[in-house]
Amino acid sequence: MTTTPSALHGSSPGSSPDSGSPPGPGQPPDSLLDVRRVSLAFDGIHALDDVSFEVRRGEVCALIGPNGAGKSSMLNVVSGLYAAQQGEVRFEGQVLSGARELSRRGIARTFQNIALFRGMTVLENVALGSDFRARSTFLEQALRVGRAPREERRARDEAEVIIQLLDIAGHRDDVVGRLPYGLQKRVELARALSARPKLLLLDEPMAGMTFDEKRDMCRYLMDAHEKLGTTLVLIEHDLGVVMDLSDHVIVLDYGRKIADGSPEAVRADAAVVRAYVGSFET
Amino acid sequence: MSSDASVWQRAREPGAAKLSARVVVRAALVLAAAALLVALPLLVDDYVLSAILVPLLALSLAGIGQNLVTGYAGQLFVGAAAFMSVGAFAAYDVHLYLPSTPLLATFAAGGLVAAATGALFGLPSLRIRGFYLVVSTLAAQFFVEWLFTKVGWFSGNSSSGVITAPPLRIAGVSFSSPGGHYWLSLLIVAPLTLAAHNLVRGRIGRGWMAVRDMETAAAVVGVPVRASKLLAFAIGSFYCGVAGALWAFAYLGTVEPHGFDLDRSFQILFIVILGGLGSVAGTFLGAAFIVLFPIALDQAVAAVAGRSVDPGLLQNLEKVLFGALVILLLAKQPAGLARLVEIAWIRARRFAARYAPRSRS
Repeated sequence: MTTTPSALHGSSPGSSPDSGSPPGPGQPPDSLLDVRRVSLAFDGIHALDDVSFEVRRGEVCALIGPNGAGKSSMLNVVSGLYAAQQGEVRFEGQVLSGARELSRRGIARTFQNIALFRGMTVLENVALGSDFRARSTFLEQALRVGRAPREERRARDEAEVIIQLLDIAGHRDDVVGRLPYGLQKRVELARALSARPKLLLLDEPMAGMTFDEKRDMCRYLMDAHEKLGTTLVLIEHDLGVVMDLSDHVIVLDYGRKIADGSPEAVRADAAVVRAYVGSFET
Repeated sequence: MSSDASVWQRAREPGAAKLSARVVVRAALVLAAAALLVALPLLVDDYVLSAILVPLLALSLAGIGQNLVTGYAGQLFVGAAAFMSVGAFAAYDVHLYLPSTPLLATFAAGGLVAAATGALFGLPSLRIRGFYLVVSTLAAQFFVEWLFTKVGWFSGNSSSGVITAPPLRIAGVSFSSPGGHYWLSLLIVAPLTLAAHNLVRGRIGRGWMAVRDMETAAAVVGVPVRASKLLAFAIGSFYCGVAGALWAFAYLGTVEPHGFDLDRSFQILFIVILGGLGSVAGTFLGAAFIVLFPIALDQAVAAVAGRSVDPGLLQNLEKVLFGALVILLLAKQPAGLARLVEIAWIRARRFAARYAPRSRS
């Protein structure tokens, strides 16, 4: 049933240009995220059942599958919002524990139903993404002395770079809650990117978007991937988008992994075709 | 990483040239406003100073404290007066038991004790929210009132029960005149307002607002949620504590637990709601409304009805009118006076932009 990863990982990784060191024994080259035998159940219902996979540094990895396959649950386990009953998630070789250390470890994420801070401006939202790096105490900030002014300027400058990159400069000082849906999605991406994450987890970044908005979003994602070197893991239903963007596709169905490999290999996989009856025809 | 490092260093400064002119204009405006505030005692009479401006400043300060907790950090609480009370008694006790303490240090002590108390009563916010948090914070209100009434040590075991505030002197300079009371209030409120402004505009303030708007997402982007909440309670209570000391020392001239009752707590909450949740400037507008409006209404009603109507009835009528106006205001603009002023300002600028060039040509 399950396709062997070794057969499929032969596909070109797409990027990761500075993978100088040869692969050591046991440890695959440049493994960034390592999900090992994760199981998650809610009241006896298995959301995830013994799922393992790896994401390599510099790759664009898509997590696909029918509704209820466990994609969002997987992302929530990786980002520490759900605690898996079994298994572990390693990032750069070390176990991830909890949402609180996420940003410090270099992971950012977006949410399916937009989790922006609605009462704050675009600039404030984006600046907040990089705030975890600041060290000034509240007294330094209240008095604007010491590290506070420098850190504040840096946070705003970095936010400005991301705001330019995602073409939302015109909305810099707008309150996020009053922006249209498509823009909010983009602001959420901006907030995630301003953390300068090594790994960016995207839960349906293009859900509910028009064709044009999707095309723009794809461009922003690829910009982030190429210019900022961010590794992407995304959940997406639009298979056209998935096949275009990703180097690596993982298919979940009923909480199990049914395929894992290059887009071409996954497209040809019999189990995937069964799970998605007819979907590839569109 | 294939990261293009230069991307991060290419920070853009929008309109750097225009900035300097704007900064100069701004600085001039701020200076003019500051001069006006300092010179105010020369322009208005003693009644305005001691019956309106001093309580206005004290209530605004307490309002800022409430606003930091409720408007910014999103923690609904009722009981600002409890922390004012703690601040007033702590400042008084420091003066009573350590008489050589300088005046400003007693204010600071009042604030710090209130901050510790606030952090303690803020602990439930780590587990509960909304109306449940309101109920649990009300505990502070009743506990503090009970404590200061029952335990004589806090009021120096005075037999008469009347406490006299310490003489208001800083470095030998007396602040005992009505103008002095006002200047002392300004000396304390102005820097604390600036500090609050700095806090809410920076990382701490963003963290508070993130906790307010969506806790889960705040944790994911690295905001220390629990620490942020407790810090909000501590700093907010510090502001309330200093405000309480100011209220007692500069306005009333006495310290009295029943002066900081539930009514006062609601008054401060209303100041914040009316002024604008999440707006430091709005807090002053809210306080001005709460303090000035009843006085204006009083005079208006007196002018219309004269002395012919029963004063008790008149008082109730004013309350009804006041309540109706508050409802009307909040129905028209739920974001409060701050937003109302902001919109008026934007309209005025648009108006000016449209007609200014035409009138010149």
